[in-house]
Amino acid sequence: MDRRQFLRTAAAAALAAPALSFSGRLFAAPTNTPRFLLVFLRGGYDCNNLLVPTGSDFYYESRPTLAIARPDTANPDSALALDGGWGLNPVLRDSIYPLWQKKQIAFVPFAGTTDLSRSHFETQDHIERGEPMDHTGDYRSGFMARLSGQLTGTPAIAFTNNLPLSFQGAGHDIPNISLKGNTKSHFNDRQAAILASMYQGTAMAAASADGLALRKDVTADLEKEMVAASRGAPSARNFASETRRIATLMRDQYRLGFVDVGGWDTHVNQGSVKGALANNLRNLGEGLAAYADALGDDWNDTTVVVLSEFGRTFRENGDKGTDHGHGTVHWVLGGRVRGGRIAGEQVAVTQPNLLQNRDYPVLNNYRDVLGGLMQKLWGLRAGQVQSVFPQARPVDLGLV
Amino acid sequence: MRRYTRLAPLGLLLALAGALSAPAAADGAPLTHDDIAWLRRASFGIDSATLARYRELGRDRWLDEALADRDDHLPPAIAQEIDGYEAIATPPAQLVMSYRETLRQVKAMPDGDAKVAAKKAAQIHGRELMRQAQQAELLHAIYGSNPLKEQMVWFWLNHFSVYGNKGPVRLLAADYEEHVIRPHALGKFRDLVMATLKSPAMLVYLDNAQNAKDKINENYARELMELHTLGVHAGYTQQDVQQLAAILTGVGVIRPRDAMRGPRMNRRGRFGGFDRFGGERPGVVRQGLFEFNPARHDSSDKVFLGQRIDGGGFDEVEHAVDLIVRQPACAQFVSRELAEYFVSDHPPQALVDAMAATFQRTDGDIAAVLRTLFTSKAITATAGAKFKDPVQFVVSAMRFSLDGRPITNAQPLVAALNQMGEPLYGRITPDGWPLDNASWAGSGQMAKRFDIAGMIGTGRAPLFAPDGTLPRRQPGERPDPPTLNGPLFAQAMQPWLSPHTRDALAQAKSPAEWNTFLLSSPDFNTR
Repeated sequence: MDRRQFLRTAAAAALAAPALSFSGRLFAAPTNTPRFLLVFLRGGYDCNNLLVPTGSDFYYESRPTLAIARPDTANPDSALALDGGWGLNPVLRDSIYPLWQKKQIAFVPFAGTTDLSRSHFETQDHIERGEPMDHTGDYRSGFMARLSGQLTGTPAIAFTNNLPLSFQGAGHDIPNISLKGNTKSHFNDRQAAILASMYQGTAMAAASADGLALRKDVTADLEKEMVAASRGAPSARNFASETRRIATLMRDQYRLGFVDVGGWDTHVNQGSVKGALANNLRNLGEGLAAYADALGDDWNDTTVVVLSEFGRTFRENGDKGTDHGHGTVHWVLGGRVRGGRIAGEQVAVTQPNLLQNRDYPVLNNYRDVLGGLMQKLWGLRAGQVQSVFPQARPVDLGLV
Repeated sequence: MRRYTRLAPLGLLLALAGALSAPAAADGAPLTHDDIAWLRRASFGIDSATLARYRELGRDRWLDEALADRDDHLPPAIAQEIDGYEAIATPPAQLVMSYRETLRQVKAMPDGDAKVAAKKAAQIHGRELMRQAQQAELLHAIYGSNPLKEQMVWFWLNHFSVYGNKGPVRLLAADYEEHVIRPHALGKFRDLVMATLKSPAMLVYLDNAQNAKDKINENYARELMELHTLGVHAGYTQQDVQQLAAILTGVGVIRPRDAMRGPRMNRRGRFGGFDRFGGERPGVVRQGLFEFNPARHDSSDKVFLGQRIDGGGFDEVEHAVDLIVRQPACAQFVSRELAEYFVSDHPPQALVDAMAATFQRTDGDIAAVLRTLFTSKAITATAGAKFKDPVQFVVSAMRFSLDGRPITNAQPLVAALNQMGEPLYGRITPDGWPLDNASWAGSGQMAKRFDIAGMIGTGRAPLFAPDGTLPRRQPGERPDPPTLNGPLFAQAMQPWLSPHTRDALAQAKSPAEWNTFLLSSPDFNTR
């Protein structure tokens, strides 16, 4: 039985399941349509040691052990100069900095939410829901799911173990699959059809059938990819090998993707150009560079947004770490991104400009920034943006 | 002392009787759908022993027994297996000390292959200790004599979640399950909070071991209120978080060497801590690796949750925890989570209110709150509304397919949970694994669940091989599938199967396939 036949069998068995979503993936996604990947850094990453405010004396006063030195060509551990006021953590020298030089990445500092709980979980959920603070909408509805609802024929997927809140509540199944480990399909078509048939009429009907079909697809796709892998040695780092697999699927089949990376909550011994945060940033940078590389020409149709629930305290704490803060730095990268610049509303990095004498203020609301970006990417009407981000005031930062 | 080896002879007889009896055994009429639905929630999954005990006692007395039981009985073979684990048999201070000593030795070695090999061996040993902790917890869940209590042990382990891969937490996880969570799983909520607050695993994981006067670390203080007791919308402020962090200064861990010396008598013949000159240091509180060190404590007066707390020592912490657990928000928060776990993603507010009222009336008596829950109509009226999370799936599948038969190697089950995305002690963030259906029923997870059902249903998992070895099968030899289509299935599932599952089972071409379909079915995967 070939794949179509399997799908027909499964679909016939699952009569009661409404509008099986995998039908949208029977054909490869159209070429030259925008690809969008959201990378969520969970744990509130320390944006101030990613995008270093090298123009700020206050930064150096506030971080006696964590600060990254001002750009200095003689010092390999110093920040890489981006412009007069900002530098980049040097652990990204070989991965992200080349994208900056090619003007394919922009950073948006002072970005984030109006949520001031400083709770990871509350703020992550708030961001993934994409609703205003006083929302009365569905608690289990995410902005990526609503975006998917507006973009008919734009196949979506989460590269995660669990379907993230961002993609919940779509009204159709959005598949999820973790590409970290073994993705091999274990059932033949007859068994798969029987397994799917047991769930007809239940809330898990679409997910069951999709999951089995997706496994089969991904197994086939990644086998091809392994053969073709000679065009770039896969990195030893986990995230880079994962993003190469993601790129394969985003190149051929999907147009909306989500992946998350954990481990950013650095209260103790955070380090600057060495240590836990530096390792995470290097891993992330290599992963994103591998993603760009693996997409090849399709990188030109790709936009990647990297965000996190909040930034951290501007000053280092007593344990050479940082605590939960507020404003953060978003990254926007892609082949046609108008990068090589620091975008959005900004303010001088000084003590009086801190929020509650503690954190970066939020001048660029993520709902407005992402709303504006998506509007431009897909040519959404105002009403469509409102259904993705209710009550947002989309702002066009000219990123694409 | 451990008491696992005393398996009640009566229980053994009943287990055997249950396994051998036909449906509608001599005990009386077959159990009703309502009975089965209730047991599927009250137990960690049905097995013959559970059915037999329920038949004998009836629902009320079964519940009485489960809620009163504070003992832990395991089959002797399983108790022996667990007791043989280094992570269980060695005191945590000793584990941490020898692990650190090993790392010190490795560090001192000259660079080269030998050093790399020694470092790798140390890492493998650390992972092995973590795996033993995971296996011990899973074996308890599958074989423990009180399946309601076992669910609560897991529930609290998740509620007070610690991440094994942070620093020495992997060495402390077994102690955390066995000596911190387990003794309080059905006791007073306040005692549970205090036990976790004094546990080295939690203090290391949420950085309170680093929280000291003038070097405030507010991580644990925040999560203690947000995740463990009150919930994020309980009305406390950033100011409260900072005040609680100040109250918690000095709550930390000591060097394992000092912990192993135990409490010593001071010059005045009393137990207590010592300063570096051997003099008495008043106000020190020690217990294993836990220490409250007044020298690191900010003893200024505080205002916390609107109440004044006079500057002092560890009494400030006791006072603060009292204030927290007596907030009505705490009763609501804990009751709602329990109802979400046992009843539905959106439990009826009336049920949560009733549980919270019991919580407040009984000063946070967990058994009493559970009694309100398990005697409510909602517990069976919502049958089928919960999709089992991976832990419930794996544990109930093993209880169903092994039916008391002891295994010798729990490692494949640990691996199954890892693959399904819910590893024990593997949640990196302190909020614990989610309890709602949607978090576990994505397409990727459904496919993975079918895989694991296949692993169990075909008998492919090397559960009976000695730990760490592969199954002793010749090439081409097929694994032996467990017999799931037996009396237990006939009594507990067959009469109420959905037509779709019935059809699927009828299409099975082998016992292994039949097992795989049954364990994959919505009938088995919801409760």
